[in-house]
Amino acid sequence: MIRVEDLHKHFGGFHAVDGASLEIAEGSITGLIGPNGAGKTTLFNVIAGVLPPTSGKVFMAGEDITGLAPHELFAKGLLRTFQIAHEFHSMTVRENLMMVPPRQSGEDLWSAWFQRKRVRLEEEEIRRRADDVLKFLTIDHIADQKAGQISGGQKKLLELGRTMMTDAKVVFLDEVGAGVNRTLLNTIADAIVRLNQERGYTFVVIEHDMDFIGRICNPVICMAEGKVLAEGTLDEIKANEQVIEAYLGTGLKNKVVKEVGHV
Amino acid sequence: MENILNALVVLANFVLIPGLAYGSQIALGALGITLIYSILRFAHFAHGDIMAFGTAFVIFGTWGLQYLGISFGPLPTALLALPLGIAVIILYLLTADRLVYRFYRRVKAKPMIFVMASLGVMFVTNGLTRLLIGPGERRFDDGQRFIIGVRDFREWTGLAEGLALRGSQVITVVVALIAMGLLFWFLNRTKSGKSMRAYSDNEDLALLSGINPDRVVWITWAIAGTLMVLAGTLYGLDKSYRPFTYFMLLLPFFAAAIVGGLGSPIGAIVGGYIVAFAEMGITYAWRRFFSHLLPDEWMPAGLMQVLPVDYKFAVTFGILVVVLIFRPTGIFRGKTL
Repeated sequence: MIRVEDLHKHFGGFHAVDGASLEIAEGSITGLIGPNGAGKTTLFNVIAGVLPPTSGKVFMAGEDITGLAPHELFAKGLLRTFQIAHEFHSMTVRENLMMVPPRQSGEDLWSAWFQRKRVRLEEEEIRRRADDVLKFLTIDHIADQKAGQISGGQKKLLELGRTMMTDAKVVFLDEVGAGVNRTLLNTIADAIVRLNQERGYTFVVIEHDMDFIGRICNPVICMAEGKVLAEGTLDEIKANEQVIEAYLGTGLKNKVVKEVGHV
Repeated sequence: MENILNALVVLANFVLIPGLAYGSQIALGALGITLIYSILRFAHFAHGDIMAFGTAFVIFGTWGLQYLGISFGPLPTALLALPLGIAVIILYLLTADRLVYRFYRRVKAKPMIFVMASLGVMFVTNGLTRLLIGPGERRFDDGQRFIIGVRDFREWTGLAEGLALRGSQVITVVVALIAMGLLFWFLNRTKSGKSMRAYSDNEDLALLSGINPDRVVWITWAIAGTLMVLAGTLYGLDKSYRPFTYFMLLLPFFAAAIVGGLGSPIGAIVGGYIVAFAEMGITYAWRRFFSHLLPDEWMPAGLMQVLPVDYKFAVTFGILVVVLIFRPTGIFRGKTL
């Protein structure tokens, strides 16, 4: 579905992504893990068109999408969420969702003026869809609150909801679970799995919570220092020498191995 | 009782009615400033001069129509020439955006660089305006000048003081209210308007929600251009047209936008009226007003004017300084639409 070839992103002398190559299978929920500063979020930003790559290529379903702008990628069905939830804070939760569907007739100034009825019918349709999404995410009770005033976890759900308002193909989730309580985290995990099964979304998930990763992701890709270290099931990754070293550092690893006998 | 009425008539004639008209003109200008600030994220210094440039085309259009013998009945012919000015200015702004601002957007330049670029656009526009219509004063109002004349008012009411209501004042207020109403409807009710608010609120998220930034940018210029030509034409009809005066209007525009809260459309409107009434109130000679209310022996010898009219920009500047010190975000807490 998504293929990344030898991607580099340098900030001055700092190589945030340093020759990463990976492939995301269609219909999978791929986990992307790695220690802080491994380049996961930068990789997301480059794939999603927020940052231009220094070199390397990104393909989606065989088509070269390197360097396309976010709104162009959106039209192709590639969506992402943010590590720190973003929202249009002066609009209500429902309006936030209603923003998303593309090519609404209300966008056309001519229709907005002279085809009020058509625009209204379409908006009602979109409103119904937004309400369905809110119900699916179990946050329909806050539909009319200003998005700036809802809790952090609810904002994360809203981010997920945004991806449901259009026909997404691949969704990149950047730390959906960060700062979210357990119950809400389960809701999010359920929503991801259901979207994957019912609507065929491909997910790529950055997450630090290994239970969460273990529950929904297969395969898991581990990054460190801007490169892809290993790929496999979570158990395989956990057993990988290089991964342990990347997370714990060589010194600490030897200590752990000496004291416990294994990791 | 009659004294109080006389005093009120004086106040309405010299402060309230002109202030309302002037405030509407400033509000329209400040709305443009605020829109550009919140969506394109820079202080648009070329506002006054582009307003003068656009109004020049409205004046050309008016002359053309007058030459052809077309008039708008009791209303000024300039209103018929508005579409011409608006079309020219929208084209001009989009060209300027293509040639200048788009480059800086692409390299993600700092807001200050945009401000400097707009200063450059300002100088160029200023030169073009002078080439086209010259630096001198132009009058282009026609149609019925007065709705209520001073003498008629006196005859009707039997009061000692007269009240004049000029057609241009009523037109200014009516046109401004219609424009503001449409703008709010557009921003709050249409998908395009909501896209603009979304873009203003959170640019990254707007892009990732599939909002096309080029579209948002051009709609913003189109709306700002329309507001500029409206404000310029109404000001020219109400007072007179001189390119330099239009450049000077930049100060009250920015003051109004900042007092109300940069980025807040309601703030721009409220700010416009605050600035206008403050300028009027502080530079007005209150002697005549109080002469109706106070006994003669209490009347002071002076004009009871806080500052001479030449200092009206000092008033605006004062308001600006006070707001920036005590409440930099403005009355309506600006930043996003």
